[in-house]
Amino acid sequence: MGPLSSSLIFPEWLDLLFAFIIGTGFGFALEQAGFSSSRKLAGMFYGYDTTVIKVFFTAAIVALIGSQLLNFFGLLNMNQVFVNELYVGPAIIGGVIMGAGFIMGGFCPGTGLCALAIGKIDALVFAAGGITGAFLFAETYPYIFKLADSGYKGPVKINESLGISSGLFTLLLIIAAILMFWIAELAEKRFARPEITDEI
Amino acid sequence: MNPYLAGVLLGVVLLMAMYISGRGLGASGGIKYCVVSLVGTLDRNHAENSIYYSKYFEDGRKPLKNWLAVEIFGILSGGFLSGALSKRLRFRIEKSPNISNRRRLIFAFLGGVFFVYGAQLARGCTSGAALSGMAVLSVAGFLTMIAIFGSAYLFAWFFRKNWI
Repeated sequence: MGPLSSSLIFPEWLDLLFAFIIGTGFGFALEQAGFSSSRKLAGMFYGYDTTVIKVFFTAAIVALIGSQLLNFFGLLNMNQVFVNELYVGPAIIGGVIMGAGFIMGGFCPGTGLCALAIGKIDALVFAAGGITGAFLFAETYPYIFKLADSGYKGPVKINESLGISSGLFTLLLIIAAILMFWIAELAEKRFARPEITDEI
Repeated sequence: MNPYLAGVLLGVVLLMAMYISGRGLGASGGIKYCVVSLVGTLDRNHAENSIYYSKYFEDGRKPLKNWLAVEIFGILSGGFLSGALSKRLRFRIEKSPNISNRRRLIFAFLGGVFFVYGAQLARGCTSGAALSGMAVLSVAGFLTMIAIFGSAYLFAWFFRKNWI
């Protein structure tokens, strides 16, 4: 029964080997999606290319349905899968800082690494910025740790706070995603920029 | 690749991470572990006396021997493999023809600084907080996702000359 790392108790080398294999799959999928191009990623925010939302929500829904099916058939114990802990203020403030970084740099950390891997110099510089950002966070931590640890609510699940089952929430999310995909397809026509999309 | 198909592929990889390792995907966390390791190597004294770094060296632990740190080397190898397969390996600066290389690189650097700084605060980036967080239905995942994309839309107007 999954997660295999808790039922089989992996030795460290095997745990890290899986980290490398899963990372390879992750990088491969991101690059195949076209996310090694900052102009493609930025298209999400100007409407001329909406690949980001299509890939992002399709992936989340596949993982949601897959994990709930595995859980239903007793193959995956969802109680042993990590659930992100909620720190309200840090999630919002950190998210806004990330949004600013996204529109300035044109990458997020994962897609930046993919672009670096295929030789994009701008992604190399983005990664250098990322290393600097992590260093700055570590050095400023003594001044901001109160903010960083504020608003702690624990690993709260969204369906539980709404008082509905995970299956029903997933269904609602699928409907919302289909609506967003439809709007995204319309936006690509409305805000089309062939001079950019022909190049990327 | 068709975006919906690429999304299915990414979702299957995420599901594998959940089934095998009991966790989601990540990117900014791995960058943090590399930085922590680097600082520990360059200035051990500073690392041991800092309330931030010291927790990563407790009980003789090595920050690079961490799931997230190893995973980002996988991201690099997977990106390279995919690029090689699709014949996209090439050294170049990608940018709008309306801006200079210098401008693109300055904003790329600033973008990296902001993104990873914000990711440390929010305990994850688009991968670890938003995508993986949504896949386990965590409120943190949805909230971070909305904050990242919502604010990027708000800021997009100010940076439009860089892209369109």
